[in-house]
Amino acid sequence: MAAIYSLYVINKSGGLIFTRYLWHSMHAISQQLSPVSRCSGIELLQADTFDLHCFQYLTGTKFFVVCKPGSLHMEALFKQIYELYTDYVLKNPFYEMEMRRAI
Amino acid sequence: MQFFGGSEISPSPPVATASGNNAHMLYIFNRNGICLLYREWNRTLKTLSPQQDYKLMFGLLFSLRSLTEKMDPTSADKGNLGVPLLPGQGCSFHSFRTNTYKLSFMESPSGVKIILVTHPRTGDLRDSLKFIYNLYVEYVVKNPLYSPGSLIRCSLFNKSVDQYVRGLG
Repeated sequence: MAAIYSLYVINKSGGLIFTRYLWHSMHAISQQLSPVSRCSGIELLQADTFDLHCFQYLTGTKFFVVCKPGSLHMEALFKQIYELYTDYVLKNPFYEMEMRRAI
Repeated sequence: MQFFGGSEISPSPPVATASGNNAHMLYIFNRNGICLLYREWNRTLKTLSPQQDYKLMFGLLFSLRSLTEKMDPTSADKGNLGVPLLPGQGCSFHSFRTNTYKLSFMESPSGVKIILVTHPRTGDLRDSLKFIYNLYVEYVVKNPLYSPGSLIRCSLFNKSVDQYVRGLG
């Protein structure tokens, strides 16, 4: 059973967490260091005590999940979360794009 | 991270399951960021000069380690982001994966960093990196003609690393 520690959502210009600039630059560097072309950046970072999953969508929005090492089925979770995000946030007429959001 | 586990000095290598070129590159850095060894087996895209490439790689790893230590959900809040970390201090990452490659990382207690870049579906390579570290100890560190901090120019070491990496699944 996956233990999910936290979930972050950041938009294209970064919005939510303190590491927004750091993550964007590391994402870019990891693409530059790729041995083959067409790299889309870091998807999974595995550490001793946690795993960090990062999903990037076509719009540039990135979703992060911090969970216990070895957690499975994160892709299904991301799909569900994205569906909820589009339904409740993007279809909200009062939501301004690129705005920080308390969901 | 428990580095000196087990009773064997050198762990036995994993059974060779594939014969292909699964690994793209190998880097070995010392604690000061000097690239001691760079081996390349399968790299189609080279965007930077070698020196820039090493600096970028080292910088990326340094930042990722800081980030991981800061983001560790199981520890109390520590110092600021960017504080230099000692080897073994705090939570360290051991690999990251993109859609085109997987990078596996290991830092020894003396600050020697071993990085192996392979295809994305590779499994956990921590034991393999420990084995490569043991090869480094046997062929390089114990070599009386090798001066620490300089480039590794040992053909026997290169050969044994090539042979071992070729056998990784």
